Amino acid sequence: MPTLANYLIASGLLFAIGLGGVMLRRSIIVIFMSLELMLSAANLSLVAFSRYGLVNGHQNYDAQILVFFIITVAAAEVAVGLAIIVSLYRARQTTHVEDLDTLKF
Amino acid sequence: MLTVAFWFFATLMIAFGASVVLLRNPVSCAMCLVMSFIALAALFVTLDATFIGIIQILVYAGAVMVLFLFIIMLLDLRTEKSRRLNIGATLGGVLVIGAFLSILSQVVASYPVFTKPLPALAGPPIGDVKLVGMTLFHSFGLPFEVVGVLLLVATVGVIVLSRKSLR
Repeated sequence: MPTLANYLIASGLLFAIGLGGVMLRRSIIVIFMSLELMLSAANLSLVAFSRYGLVNGHQNYDAQILVFFIITVAAAEVAVGLAIIVSLYRARQTTHVEDLDTLKF
Repeated sequence: MLTVAFWFFATLMIAFGASVVLLRNPVSCAMCLVMSFIALAALFVTLDATFIGIIQILVYAGAVMVLFLFIIMLLDLRTEKSRRLNIGATLGGVLVIGAFLSILSQVVASYPVFTKPLPALAGPPIGDVKLVGMTLFHSFGLPFEVVGVLLLVATVGVIVLSRKSLR
């Protein structure tokens, strides 16, 4: 039987992969995908805690509602983020983060 | 059975997640992301969260991924040219990730509550969707409405952002 520790380590590994993608990749689209990986890793740990911390013999549904809201907000975030990327591409013809350094100090 | 499913889908999720970061072609990155999300949905099902699993497949593997692929095709992104690796960023990234993973494994190993076996669910199965709906509309009515407003704001924002000329 998998324990809570197994799920937390799996979620932590997924989060670390997403963090590595955000730090190491230079394509803005792939950075955005890595952000989605990190959000999903947080969802996995929430659902694992909800299953292992039973309330009256049922899962703790508050955690699942939080996951539901996270997924909703992530969907809105993807739509807005991709619209920003499209208008950025229209202005600069690039999606490479090192070519987008106007705001860099 | 559950153990096999956990290890299989966890390995799948980690492997495809790693290939999102390692592959250079954005289309294959998006495809690996889909596979990673489907494996994650299967993990949700092993945790008896069927509703969240279904939502994960519908929203992430369906809608969000179509949006990603659509943008990749629209911008006609090719395989990334390999450039000089930024040594500082790589070292910093490895350092932060290593510290995070070591702290996480220490915390998980040091509390016995994390290693107790899966508790059994009580009573006859009522249905996950029904219980999620009851919780959502009994205790979280206002947040639900606020999320609706947030989606409306996002829709309007996307339309404003994608007009030809920003004023």
